[in-house]
Amino acid sequence: MLTLYNKQLSSRLLLGTAQYPSPSILLDAIKASGTQIVTVSLRRETAGGRSGDGFWSIIRSLDVHVLPNTAGCHTAKEAVLTAQMARDLFATDWIKLEVIGNHDTLQPDVFALVEAARVLSDEGFKVFPYTTDDLIVAERLLDAGCEVLMPWCAPIGSAQGPLNTHALRSLRGHFPDVPMIIDAGLGRPSHAATVMELGFEAILLNTAVAKAGDPVAMARAFAMASEAGHAACHAGMLEPRDVAVPSTPVIGRAVFT
Amino acid sequence: MEVLVKGAGVAGLAAAHELAARGLRVTVADPWRGGGRAAASWYAGGMLAPYCERESAEQPVVELGLRAADWWEAALPGCVLRNGTLVLAPVRDAKELDRFASRTTGFERVGEESIATLEPDLGARFRKGLFFATEAHLDPRHVLVSLAAKLAASGVSFETDLSQYDSTRFDWIIECIGRSTPDKAIRGVRGEMLLLRTSDVSLSRPVRLIHPRFPVYIVPRGDHTFMVGATMIESDATGPITARSMMELLNAAYGLHPAFGEAEIIETGTGVRPAYPDNLPRVVREGRTIAINGLYRHGFLLAPAMAQQAADMILDERNRTP
Ligand SMILES: Cc1cc2nc3c(=O)[nH]c(=O)nc-3n(C[C@H](O)[C@H](O)[C@H](O)COP(=O)(O)OP(=O)(O)OC[C@H]3O[C@@H](n4cnc5c(N)ncnc54)[C@H](O)[C@@H]3O)c2cc1C
Repeated sequence: MLTLYNKQLSSRLLLGTAQYPSPSILLDAIKASGTQIVTVSLRRETAGGRSGDGFWSIIRSLDVHVLPNTAGCHTAKEAVLTAQMARDLFATDWIKLEVIGNHDTLQPDVFALVEAARVLSDEGFKVFPYTTDDLIVAERLLDAGCEVLMPWCAPIGSAQGPLNTHALRSLRGHFPDVPMIIDAGLGRPSHAATVMELGFEAILLNTAVAKAGDPVAMARAFAMASEAGHAACHAGMLEPRDVAVPSTPVIGRAVFT
Repeated sequence: MEVLVKGAGVAGLAAAHELAARGLRVTVADPWRGGGRAAASWYAGGMLAPYCERESAEQPVVELGLRAADWWEAALPGCVLRNGTLVLAPVRDAKELDRFASRTTGFERVGEESIATLEPDLGARFRKGLFFATEAHLDPRHVLVSLAAKLAASGVSFETDLSQYDSTRFDWIIECIGRSTPDKAIRGVRGEMLLLRTSDVSLSRPVRLIHPRFPVYIVPRGDHTFMVGATMIESDATGPITARSMMELLNAAYGLHPAFGEAEIIETGTGVRPAYPDNLPRVVREGRTIAINGLYRHGFLLAPAMAQQAADMILDERNRTP
């Protein structure tokens, strides 16, 4: 079981809801993934529409937790405002906090992130911060009141997979009790398995599923990979060796390994 | 047989034309005769691009859209430009072009030289692209206004005062009212666009730019104007374009050619596309009312096929009753 802010979840995959070919395909992908948490991104003009209509009512009708995000916000102030709007619209105090520092790489502005995390935590929000793999930033976010971290493994939408496993390992090792969700940068199921093997609790996906040739099949593939990685992490994996070693002694030869 | 078409956006006018052409007496009711500024149709790019749309749409869009250019050309001779579509990516996003190619058909790959031959002003600015030679485009506003005028001239009556007509005197009602429908399954997808004017660039065909968040395109409209579109936002808010959307659209235009930086912005607009959950259109019959809706991104591309389906429903029924 995965526990995030006192909520118990059996699925280890969170799914973003943007960029699918249609809402119907999104719904099928959500079902196929078995996810219990979907993220939705809120923009100002979204909130300006007739509430209770359209895409939002589809999302609200699902039997999953909604984790609104502050995608597209570039300052702490903007992110705080968006979080407050999301709280009203989705009746939840969960917020995935994103403060973008670079328009091109969508790299988080970690200074503004910490600032916004503090403001929102003080206001009673349960903050899920999208951060880099930096240890000190992680520490500041925990100080600011976050109980969950969402480090990237590569820039958003880049599909590169874990680029710096050393940093990810060290992050994992330093805060063994903090649930961490790998957010951003996963391209294929093997990437998901890899980060889960490193001991992360869950993964968040969007582009890799939404933009796949068959988003529904890809959602299922990622769910299986994250389960596999998680199970492997707790099953005790064999460490790689430099030479191929036969598992039974070769007959007729003394073996001293 | 008397038919009332409610709504004079692209769906309504296409239906009215198809029905009139098959010999039915048609009345069109809409407060705006040519589907004015309240209609999503007014803000469309006017691309008839079934192959390109396959990048994000399902196969029926291609099948239903293939004959759209012929239908429009027959309805309004001379309105369709068959110059194809050019899809370009900045060098950095070349991989995205491969992704686009892997999801579509009906194109050839073009390099710097062919791009320069097709669009001389873009020569040397792009190294790789896809050329969809058989696609077409039209000017939606010209088409809406001219089609309404042609229909009026051929005996279709237009009712702009909705309190004036008695809908019970019609044998059939075709409802094409887009976002105003009471159908709860329809949602709105907001699209923002701009019109630019510059004589420093000329293009012969719609150019699509690979963009990480939404497909941006520039459609030449003649008279040195260009339509730049369009955002895709899950919302039915009709308010003015936001600064962010405008920056993204302008950035794309500027990236295509820096001369767009000197262009005049002559209009900004927002349309709300009516869409069903699968983003495919439907023709739904209930008694003597047929609703055409859910044209989403594909109003000009798919209205002809929807109009034909609706007309078939009415005529099949007439042929069956002795
Ligand atoms: C920015 C943008 C770009 C687009 N680009 C393209 C493109 O390149 N190619 C393409 O094929 N499609 C494109 N589209 C999609 C296309 O515009 C829509 O699919 C299409 O306009 C929908 O047409 P419609 O007739 O169903 O609705 P609308 O155009 O919205 O028309 C509905 C009409 O019904 C009238 N009405 C409402 N209520 C009533 C009533 N009670 N009685 C009578 N009349 C009523 C309204 O006044 C309106 O005129 C684009 C859309 C947008 C927003």
